[in-house]
Amino acid sequence: MEDNSKAYWSATLGLLGKILAIWFLVSFGAGILFADALNGIKLGGYPLGFWFAHQGSMYIFIALIFYYGKAMGKIDRQFDVHED
Amino acid sequence: MDLQTTIYLFVGASFALYIGIAIWARAGSTSEFYAAGGSVPPVMNGMATAADWMSAASFISMAGLISNMGYGGGLFLMGWTGGYVLLAMLLAPYLRKFGKFTVPQFIGDRFYSKSASTVAVLCLLTASLTYIIGQMTGVGVAFSRFLGVTSEMGIYIGMAIVFAYAVFGGMKGITYTQVAQYCVLIAAYIVPAIFISLQLTGNPIPQLGLGSTMSGTDISLLAKLDQVVVDLGFGKYTTTTAGSTLNMFVYTMSLMIGTAGLPHVIMRFFTVPTVAAARSSAGWALVFIALLYTTAPAVAAMAKMNLIRTITPGVVMQNTDPYAADSQIKYDERPDWMKRWEKTGLLKFADKNGDGRIQYYNDKSKNEAFKAKAEAAGWKGSELTVNADIIVLANPEIALLPNWVIALVAAGGLAAALSTAAGLLMAISSAVSHDLVKGIFSPNISEKNELLTGKISMAVAIVVAGYLGLNPPGFAAGTVALAFGIAASSLFPAIMMGIFSKKMNKEGAMAGMLSGLFITLFYVFAHKGLFFIKGTDFVDMIGGPNSFFGITPEAFGAIGALVNFIVAFAVDKVTKEPPEHIQHMVEAVRIPRGSKAVDGAH
Repeated sequence: MEDNSKAYWSATLGLLGKILAIWFLVSFGAGILFADALNGIKLGGYPLGFWFAHQGSMYIFIALIFYYGKAMGKIDRQFDVHED
Repeated sequence: MDLQTTIYLFVGASFALYIGIAIWARAGSTSEFYAAGGSVPPVMNGMATAADWMSAASFISMAGLISNMGYGGGLFLMGWTGGYVLLAMLLAPYLRKFGKFTVPQFIGDRFYSKSASTVAVLCLLTASLTYIIGQMTGVGVAFSRFLGVTSEMGIYIGMAIVFAYAVFGGMKGITYTQVAQYCVLIAAYIVPAIFISLQLTGNPIPQLGLGSTMSGTDISLLAKLDQVVVDLGFGKYTTTTAGSTLNMFVYTMSLMIGTAGLPHVIMRFFTVPTVAAARSSAGWALVFIALLYTTAPAVAAMAKMNLIRTITPGVVMQNTDPYAADSQIKYDERPDWMKRWEKTGLLKFADKNGDGRIQYYNDKSKNEAFKAKAEAAGWKGSELTVNADIIVLANPEIALLPNWVIALVAAGGLAAALSTAAGLLMAISSAVSHDLVKGIFSPNISEKNELLTGKISMAVAIVVAGYLGLNPPGFAAGTVALAFGIAASSLFPAIMMGIFSKKMNKEGAMAGMLSGLFITLFYVFAHKGLFFIKGTDFVDMIGGPNSFFGITPEAFGAIGALVNFIVAFAVDKVTKEPPEHIQHMVEAVRIPRGSKAVDGAH
């Protein structure tokens, strides 16, 4: 039981780490730090860095939360700690 | 039908709807009053969270701010949405598993200390009260512009409406009313944006319109806007940052963790039935929020374009010379909407060079070539002052849309302000009745009396909020920065460490909360005056404005949070670890199994 909950927690933290890395890359990375460099690329009429700051990062945030919900559900069942 | 009658009709109908829902969803128990009985489905909770979250500031002011700031305004978009990723993964599911009514109760139980819970109550009350002042003044502005009553009268009407459904309905009444308010406010935001996007680009979806070509030209809307604003001496729309890149980075981070730490938002996740529902509900909340937040940058850019096109018509459509004497419109020939907004004082014209025409440009530009051109054209300073708040409210009028669209925007602005005010009042009332009265002064209070205390404290909070809205204490502008600063520097780190660090003890958590709070208040007060009293600022003592690496006080919350974490771990290292049963409690909170309906037992 002790081992199981340890393994469950480290699986959870692993998932969080991965998602937070993407969260950081799209907003702080593409939207702020590398925005100037990305602006050279065009997405329709949008300069790409501007698009990430004003549109793209928000779409990706939504996808991240739903992916997290789904992946956590899987981890819950794998370690048999899901709700009844 | 004339405009005023249409507005009365729309606003009246929306109010009747809210009151009707409130009567249907009366709260009979403390569980219904604090947490809507813990039975709100995730999608509906997401919608209510979105209405709760999107305040008068989001609805009325944000697009105007972005319109003025350009690319740098993206920090509001990313900051106020990115926080939901943190909330969904780091806080919401665990707090839902913990299964109690309020944020201070979690902090008090987890750090086995009534003092910790009291500090949390203080942080919560300060953050919520400062936040609500802005909502109340927003209600006043919207009412006075659209219903033709005074701003004071507007606040009284707003107080009466919120009183009717928040006091009797509690969290249950508020939640279902917020669902209706969300529908009203999102329709009010998107409908005019669709019309305007169609007019300018031929694409009905504003999010795509912003990336499209201008109708009748072969240049993209953003490229055209860049060119037009640069001609008028402003920075390029798509690249101008908010201060330095570092400031934009830290500002965005502060808004994100501030969002995740705001108690009235966290509290919404106590109303869903399960841990899994808390996770998905945050996603739904963000879907509904993003509908407005991805439309806002389109509204912002298109409003800027329309404003410039109104004043200098040929420049946008035919590439005429912006400096030519006849390219600006004559003041006497200005459109009706300008006359209407001049009455409110939010739009001002002063004919500085006496030529009878409107010159609108950036007279603070540092570009020598531009200054020479403006000088040669005989411009003596920008003659039009446009308050950022009218961008959304006047947008349908600027684009000459039909009256019912203008009426819809009025109802939407009021829905946004009222729904947020109600959520904040709920947070205040539960902190007072549950955490202070039941938690500290009178633990044996019966459920019936606690419910009554909750209703009374909500009524008192409405009166206090109304009073503060009527007499805004000189610092209204700085208050939102303060609310986010407090949430980011005290509440968010404390809750997060409570979940993610099993060994974090009460000494560490308290020291962290207090030092994070202190350093943030210190920096904000240095710029804006002690408790925002004019003349007591001491910005020179800390080395001038924004002396900490050029970071503005609004952006400082993230630094406060960092200090909180560092101090907490340092103190934790040298004091003894938390008792065994607390460590077991943390282990239990981390696992979804065994979640039950929220209750208030201490």
